[in-house]
Amino acid sequence: MCWIPGYGGERYAPTRGKRDVTDTARRIPQDGTKSAAPLLRIRDLAVQFETRQGLARVLEGVNLDICRGEIAGLVGETGCGKSVLARSILRIIPQPPGRISQGRILLDGRDLLQLSAAQLRRVRGREISMIFQEPMTSLNPVFTVGNQMQEIVRLHQCMDRKEARAVCLDMLAQVNLPDAREILRKYPHELSGGMRQRVMIAMELSCHPRLLIADEPTTALDVTVQGQVLTILKTLAGRHQVSILLITHDMGVVAQLCDRVAVMYAGQIVEQAGVEHLFAHPAHPYTRGLIGAIPSLEGESALLQTIEGSVPPPTQVPPGCRFHPRCPHRFSPCSREVPPLEAIDSAHAVACHLFASRQGAQHGPAD
Amino acid sequence: MPAAAVEPSRRFREIRLTTGILARNPSALAGAVIIGAMLLTALLAGVLAPFDPIHISLADRLQPPSAAHLFGTDEMGRDILSRIMYGARISLRIGLLVVAVAGGLGTVIGAVSGYLGRWADGVIMRIMDVILSFPSLVLAMALAAALGPSLTNAIMAVAFVMIPKFARLVRGEALAVREKQFVAAARISGEGSLSIIRRHIIPNCLNSVIVLATLAMGETILIAASLSFIGLGAQPPSPEWGAMVSVGRKFIMDQWWYATFPGLFILITVIGFNILGDALRDVLDPRIRR
Repeated sequence: MCWIPGYGGERYAPTRGKRDVTDTARRIPQDGTKSAAPLLRIRDLAVQFETRQGLARVLEGVNLDICRGEIAGLVGETGCGKSVLARSILRIIPQPPGRISQGRILLDGRDLLQLSAAQLRRVRGREISMIFQEPMTSLNPVFTVGNQMQEIVRLHQCMDRKEARAVCLDMLAQVNLPDAREILRKYPHELSGGMRQRVMIAMELSCHPRLLIADEPTTALDVTVQGQVLTILKTLAGRHQVSILLITHDMGVVAQLCDRVAVMYAGQIVEQAGVEHLFAHPAHPYTRGLIGAIPSLEGESALLQTIEGSVPPPTQVPPGCRFHPRCPHRFSPCSREVPPLEAIDSAHAVACHLFASRQGAQHGPAD
Repeated sequence: MPAAAVEPSRRFREIRLTTGILARNPSALAGAVIIGAMLLTALLAGVLAPFDPIHISLADRLQPPSAAHLFGTDEMGRDILSRIMYGARISLRIGLLVVAVAGGLGTVIGAVSGYLGRWADGVIMRIMDVILSFPSLVLAMALAAALGPSLTNAIMAVAFVMIPKFARLVRGEALAVREKQFVAAARISGEGSLSIIRRHIIPNCLNSVIVLATLAMGETILIAASLSFIGLGAQPPSPEWGAMVSVGRKFIMDQWWYATFPGLFILITVIGFNILGDALRDVLDPRIRR
């Protein structure tokens, strides 16, 4: 149960001020049970963008752990900061206007935010890799697939052309692409979207990263291909012992693939739980709204359920709990204090005053 | 480039596709024929030319066009047709050299500027703007005059003037290409900036560079001829077209053929490059091609 930040009574309060997070972060390298320590720990991460409308606090107080070999889902609405979080991990957010203003991103205890450009290049691709939503544009149109794949393989591993080619053929076979030889010879425009996404998966996994970030990998694909690509991802993650951070807004994809889910709202993680637990017992009012909004097969009602209101623009986030203006259960502390992400049981953490240790009993929501 | 080595047949197919589209376009064909004829003339000048271009024969001075001298002779009795044929070598060499130097440097400058962005982009492009703010002929003239009149200096001057045209074009393309996801994918795979510029930015800008290079050839030949005309480029007795027009100018009232024929060849060559460039722009446009 390594992935519950609040487990063991620790509290990670997302705060705007300078709050020392060293106490939790320092402990990781010396941790006796190192194999059980999470692969990636994000602590109190804040990312800001300078915009004409003012400072946009796109991420604030984000805590997230990803364990070895686990598929972690990150769900949230469009614009809630999912992709910014993913790009912050690899440090490819444009700076300026963006700025990682505080926090730590620890890969095996090493803070990625402290690395030099050269060190960072060695982490990218070799330890952390990423696949994007749009397979149409993620390959360079002027080179063949083989040329590009081999270049990436040879970038990180000392190999001659022949060996690199063998690796590529093997990886293409692993993503179930028939006739890999022919595919190596093709230009990206000669492949379909699903094939390109599989080529991307093969390419990113060919350097054996330990963490693969998949930013809505199937959104641009049609539903049948979506299923195939997700199955391949899951199989390969198991085979190569890669952890996956899957970013999506599709609860169905989460249910199919993930071991654990973090729910994000307006730049903060509001709830984390095992996938079955989350669907069975959503705690945060926002998560309950999200799950309630999934159309049900048995339902009688013709109207789809919705959450009232809309996500606040990141330049005008409400004080206190960022969800409180839309929350049906809001009460006095919601507009004043930022609720910390706290464990409510061994496999479930939530950032909501309804569940805060002291008031939890009196204000628990009625289902 | 490994791609070319691994699959010549595929590369060849791309080239055949391009030439196939070009052949169906009449103006492209006309341009290609003109350029082809000029290249052939330049290459085979030694065989084709009926006379020695610098052999002086004062007995035959200023002869009008006739069967022996198709374009007539100049004030030294040299055959103008032969001089024009040898002159094609000079003009085309100037064009190719200038375009190679300016195109190469301009592409690299533009790609670096566009990819890096921020202050590097600001500094580089402001310098390019300064060069562009002068009329290209005037700046080339000033530079050539400062360096001293010779063909090499004229080539350097024209190349310098042409660099910003390539840099601006490539920078614009690079700005678009660097936002493409394959560039982000390359970055997260750990590729460095130099490698990304070399492998991703520049190859994706090359189509436009080829088009501009063709168009720039025409302009370069014209500027080089202009420099020679005012005495800053090729020096007599070298049979450069611009220099020939310049000398022929003195005889224009009585010996019209002297200045007319070299001038006509400048005109035809420039037109040839321009229509070929226009046609290439249409053919290499990926939106139409695929």
